[in-house]
Amino acid sequence: MSGAALFSGSEGRADVEVLNRSELTARLVAQLDDEAVIGGIGNTHFDLWASGQRPENFYMLGSMGLAVPLGLGVALAQPQRAVFVLEGDGSLLMQLGSLGTVAASGVCNLAVFVWDNGSYQITGGQPAHTARGLDLVAMARGAGLADSTWVRDAEHFDELVERARQRRGPMFACARVDDRPPAGVTERDPARIRNRFVDALRPPARGTPARRRIGP
Amino acid sequence: MSWEDACIGALRAAEVDLVTYVPDRVLGPLIARLEGDDAFTVLSAAREEEALGIVAGAYLGGRRGIVLMQTSGFATLANVLASLAVPFRIPIPMLVSERGTLGEFQLGQAMVCRTMRPILDAIGIEHHTIERLDDVGFVIGRMLDQAYSTQESAAMILSPLLTAAERAGPR
Repeated sequence: MSGAALFSGSEGRADVEVLNRSELTARLVAQLDDEAVIGGIGNTHFDLWASGQRPENFYMLGSMGLAVPLGLGVALAQPQRAVFVLEGDGSLLMQLGSLGTVAASGVCNLAVFVWDNGSYQITGGQPAHTARGLDLVAMARGAGLADSTWVRDAEHFDELVERARQRRGPMFACARVDDRPPAGVTERDPARIRNRFVDALRPPARGTPARRRIGP
Repeated sequence: MSWEDACIGALRAAEVDLVTYVPDRVLGPLIARLEGDDAFTVLSAAREEEALGIVAGAYLGGRRGIVLMQTSGFATLANVLASLAVPFRIPIPMLVSERGTLGEFQLGQAMVCRTMRPILDAIGIEHHTIERLDDVGFVIGRMLDQAYSTQESAAMILSPLLTAAERAGPR
């Protein structure tokens, strides 16, 4: 281990424990109150669905790569609410520029958690560039998200979730996960997903000062 | 009054205060005005899909936004419109500066421009092309009202007939 690895957050992809997406999703949800969660396309939102279908969850039934922008929009609309984005490594690779947009936006209430299984699991497990060592944490740091880290283990994950709930700045965390199948399958009913989410997040009546207040 | 003034007036009237965009020369003066106005949050995105995603998320959270782009940017949007905006009934207003016609110098831009209205029609998204300054406030205002009332997306296309007159030179 190099000297630099003594500092917090300096682990690389090869240094961290391989965890399980279903278990981490359940751990996340167990810590939440009224935070919004955007579940990215595929197995990511399947596991979010399997974790209990909170009304503050949104499930991306398509639009690969757009979980981060969608979460950024929610964060901009509701700065008093912490917003979690769950996204797969392959999906994030489709929209890397969005990390720069998050950094430029100045939001303090957005946390992006990426599941890196090194593959496009839902289409048959074809390798993603991450399998060759592409480091999404390094990319997030390079995009301007200083608080970017590899998830060392499950306890570290819990700490990161707790910190993200405090809305102290945009956070990016990447966990290596195994290739076990998701714990459930989302019911594909966009109208129901949307209405539950909007109702759960419904802000004060239109035109009140709270709606106009934006940014940190 | 300039077309930019009329746009800003219509956005304010509809309580749209979040603007996402990918840079464009024709829209440049409007974007500069919006960036200088504290009433608007203005974000530059790396891709038009991303810009739509942000406005979609904001709407789900109770805030109104609009996406600004050029014609060629619209051509990247069929997936997000068909898989997010339409099935989840999220109204996403789009203000598109039309390039690829009336003096275009690149065949590729002309070809891309020809795909725009067929794609909008195929997905069933309301669109109008604004050619006259007198129409800007009315068309944008009415289209925004309709988008939020019906929860459908809308494309407001700014024709060179409207925007070219004020430009000094070629793009």
